[in-house]
Amino acid sequence: MEKIIKIKNLSVVLSGQVHALSNINLELVSGRSIGFIGPSGAGKTTLIKSIVGRLHLTEGSIDIYGLPAGSKELRHQISYMTQDLSIYPDLTLTQNLKYFATIIGLKDSIATQQIKQILLDIDMQDKANSLIKNLSGGQKQRASLAIALLGNPKLMVLDEPTVGLDPVLRESLWKLFNKLKSKGTTLLISSHSMDEAERCDDLVLIRQGKIITHSSPSELKKKTSSKTIEESFLKLVGGRE
Amino acid sequence: MSPKKTLATALRVLRQLSHDPRTIVLLIAVPPLLLTILRFIFQGQIKVFDSIAPTLLGIFPMIMMFLITSVVTIRERTTGTLDRIMTMPTSKLDFIFGYGIAFSFLGFIQALISCGVMLGLLKVTILGGTLPIIITVVIAAFLGTSLGLFLSAFATSEFQAIQFMPAFIFPQVLTCGLFIARDQMAKPLQWFADVMPLTYSVDALKQLITHSNWTHQFTRDLIIVFLFGVFALILGSITIRRQE
Repeated sequence: MEKIIKIKNLSVVLSGQVHALSNINLELVSGRSIGFIGPSGAGKTTLIKSIVGRLHLTEGSIDIYGLPAGSKELRHQISYMTQDLSIYPDLTLTQNLKYFATIIGLKDSIATQQIKQILLDIDMQDKANSLIKNLSGGQKQRASLAIALLGNPKLMVLDEPTVGLDPVLRESLWKLFNKLKSKGTTLLISSHSMDEAERCDDLVLIRQGKIITHSSPSELKKKTSSKTIEESFLKLVGGRE
Repeated sequence: MSPKKTLATALRVLRQLSHDPRTIVLLIAVPPLLLTILRFIFQGQIKVFDSIAPTLLGIFPMIMMFLITSVVTIRERTTGTLDRIMTMPTSKLDFIFGYGIAFSFLGFIQALISCGVMLGLLKVTILGGTLPIIITVVIAAFLGTSLGLFLSAFATSEFQAIQFMPAFIFPQVLTCGLFIARDQMAKPLQWFADVMPLTYSVDALKQLITHSNWTHQFTRDLIIVFLFGVFALILGSITIRRQE
């Protein structure tokens, strides 16, 4: 499998004083679901923002498809779902989708087809003409995900996409993630939920701005002689302290 | 920069406002209402009212568009939508000029209605005619939008953005020549007024009150206000960063 993301000696200092990431080295392969797992404040969002090119890197480099993170050429290939909803509450779901489709440069006929399919994928055809502000929390979350699906990106970077969703919705979203993966899309998914980590192909456990380990869930459990990812995480963290 | 994406942003902003009828009513109805109140304040001095009313037409849209744009842009920055857009294949200018077009259009509607009330109902006489007034008011609205977009970069909340109005707009209103001729003010205030755009917006409207033809000074004033607006928009686009 092709290594699409290469992170070398990455350090990020926020506002000149917060050491959010320290000396991160990572290589991630295509066509997999990769979980950035760790507690709140671990540095997951900082790592994600660095990958999508939103943050100035204090040290080190990130190459994606052979180009530095944030390159103009990458903007057509990567979609980003932020931790905030980042969708217009005073527009309908369809109006939001049409606007963002234009912004990413989709032709009108292709946008119409894709919007139809996306509404089906996120099971929100009946809410297509509802204002976002009138939707429930879970529906808003799916609406935000819908924007990230536009344009069939090669790499989807999703910051806590399933937070606040009930188990049924989470299950259906993971089915969608697996479907996207089977079509060759690479998914970077951040979560602080350890049970969610079990669903990923690869795991990157993060704590205090450092990577604790990078492996598959089964390898990780084997390596730490644990039954769950949570147990593995606790053993690894315990071993460090 | 893509005209299609710029227009899409302008339409998106107008669509958002269309879901907020209260704001639209306030935007459209408040300036003519204030002019009407002013007319009755100057009940016994109609000539004074006739000389003030047209200049106010240049001040109202600037203040209102400044406020609305500041608040809306802060919202874009704090809710993550700008964060998302900055990772997409679009120019910062598409975003910023989209806002400029949307609020200038609103300024146009506001100008039409305010002019209708001022010239039709309140019977104010303006030698320069209706079209030059509308052009001046739209450019004033564009200036307010541009300043709002630019200055919102220095605020972290809507509360801070609103405080920019007394800090940045009020001094311009006080020194633009609305209350007293500028050459009667203290020198430092005259220098201040000379570099502030609202001065030229008010000067342009004063030209229309006294001249029936399109004067060179009117053209010069309009160009200065417009260029100031474009300059503020460009500065605004610089304050929006792809990388933080």
